[in-house]
Amino acid sequence: MHPAASVILFTVTSGMGYGLLILLALLGVTGAVPPQPAFGLAGFGCALVLITAGLLASTFHLGHPERAWRALSQWRSSWLSREGVLAIVTYVPALLLAAGWVLAGRSDGAFAVMGWLTVVLALTTVLCTAMIYASLKPIPQWRNRWVPAGYLVMALATGALWLALLTSLFDLGRGLASAIAVPALLAAAGVKWAYWRDIDGAAPLARVADATGLGALGQARLLERPHTEANYLQKEMGFRVARKHAGRLRRLVFLVGLGLPLLLVLMAPVLPAPAASVLLAVALLAGILGALAERWLFFAQAQHTVNLYYGADAV
Amino acid sequence: MTQIAKNTTGRKLGLVIDLDTCVGCHACAVACKEWNDGGHMAPLTDEDPYGAEPFGVWFNRVHAFEAGPQVESGCGGGGGGDTRTVHFPRSCLHCEQPDCVTVCPTGASYKRGEDGIVLVDEDKCIGCKLCSWACPYGAREYDYASGTMKKCTLCVDRIYNPNLPEAERQPACVMVCPVSARAFGDLGDAESDVSRRVAERGGVDLLPDLGYQPVNKYLPPRPRRAAAEHAPLADAADGADVGQRLLRWVDRLLSR
Repeated sequence: MHPAASVILFTVTSGMGYGLLILLALLGVTGAVPPQPAFGLAGFGCALVLITAGLLASTFHLGHPERAWRALSQWRSSWLSREGVLAIVTYVPALLLAAGWVLAGRSDGAFAVMGWLTVVLALTTVLCTAMIYASLKPIPQWRNRWVPAGYLVMALATGALWLALLTSLFDLGRGLASAIAVPALLAAAGVKWAYWRDIDGAAPLARVADATGLGALGQARLLERPHTEANYLQKEMGFRVARKHAGRLRRLVFLVGLGLPLLLVLMAPVLPAPAASVLLAVALLAGILGALAERWLFFAQAQHTVNLYYGADAV
Repeated sequence: MTQIAKNTTGRKLGLVIDLDTCVGCHACAVACKEWNDGGHMAPLTDEDPYGAEPFGVWFNRVHAFEAGPQVESGCGGGGGGDTRTVHFPRSCLHCEQPDCVTVCPTGASYKRGEDGIVLVDEDKCIGCKLCSWACPYGAREYDYASGTMKKCTLCVDRIYNPNLPEAERQPACVMVCPVSARAFGDLGDAESDVSRRVAERGGVDLLPDLGYQPVNKYLPPRPRRAAAEHAPLADAADGADVGQRLLRWVDRLLSR
């Protein structure tokens, strides 16, 4: 599948935002972090700006962005529609929680209820994003049980890196932020490893004979394409990435995107605050780079069955 | 409504494509383009049509495959002469379980309850392209000029068109086919001509395991006659005189 920049930016950016939002809400409602207004403003500000920027980026690839409101109507059947509805609904408890935290300095009582609602809705929104892909039958690398978990752990891992940086800048609960970021990064590495192992070892979904109904004759292969130049299907779904490049990018995700932040997050608590914040900023940048590479690979390595009509032996 | 509308009539309009007779002339693709460029989902935009990289929307594309017991990949593969060329027209199959419809977030994609035709409401389409990802057959093509998705309409503007003579109320691709490799009809009616053809010839679904239940069926190429039947006359059984050979030749000709 063609890795469109707008969709990669959207899913990575909004994923980080929702990850940060989920963790902030959890810390607030459990009382693990005091509802200090300045920290709340920075935290919820970052989370909501990331989410909003991601949602706006998602409209860049639409042919008719002005009709985007229509996408809220088909939540009964469409994961894309569900994602849109939930993304908007999540703003309500998230803004109320942020208001309580920033304006009233509270995250208890009714605000705690808003916090739990925020956690549940934000988690569900991320899962809906994943299900848009995981529900597509023609793309075996997406219709994979590790895909929803992958979106979730990447959102939480990148969100945890934001949280680690913010708590360090505001000098509260640095050890706590590390305690969240370390398992989140390890979980992300584990899930991505399992996902890549799974798609590498999977038997093909279909062969040319299945796509053409020519199985009774034995095998089939493409002899001639219908047209000389690439059409929409080939541009959108015919993208192929060399195995060599895919291997390099996977190592980049593991080493730079997850391993380096893990190391820096472990080092940060034992350093003085300014140095720790610099390290955590580097960790965040590395994490974002890794998340972008991971999401690019998620598209680039996905093969659509339409390729069986354009020269692929198996998908 | 992107939830699939309940079929109210039992009618399932679709095409039956005979891979045995298709000669790969692309007339169906061209006639489709010609009619639909002014039809229900018009225009079928062409970008740079006479330039170096022509790019445009087509509802019907004709591929050619090599099929046989042993087919090698790559150039000049070769199944030792035991393979054959199969021309393969590909268009929307108007599936009974069309995921292209259910994934649509706006309700622009829909399957009609009265005849099962899958259409796009161009006024509601936001151009998110998700439906084209959900189609395993590559039936949908995005029009960058209109910013909307386009697809085969089964010539909905021909088959019910009272301004056309009744004999012409058929999809353009079916009308134009010079070898009658394409037939249009109600595949929900077991007694229809198309259903009978499917039953007689063992019509197949494409990618049946994916569960889309395509309405369109493909008739596989007929089995080849045994190689002995193609033996040159000189190799005919001993003792056969010219008269017998002539009779056998006439017999073979008539029994085709």
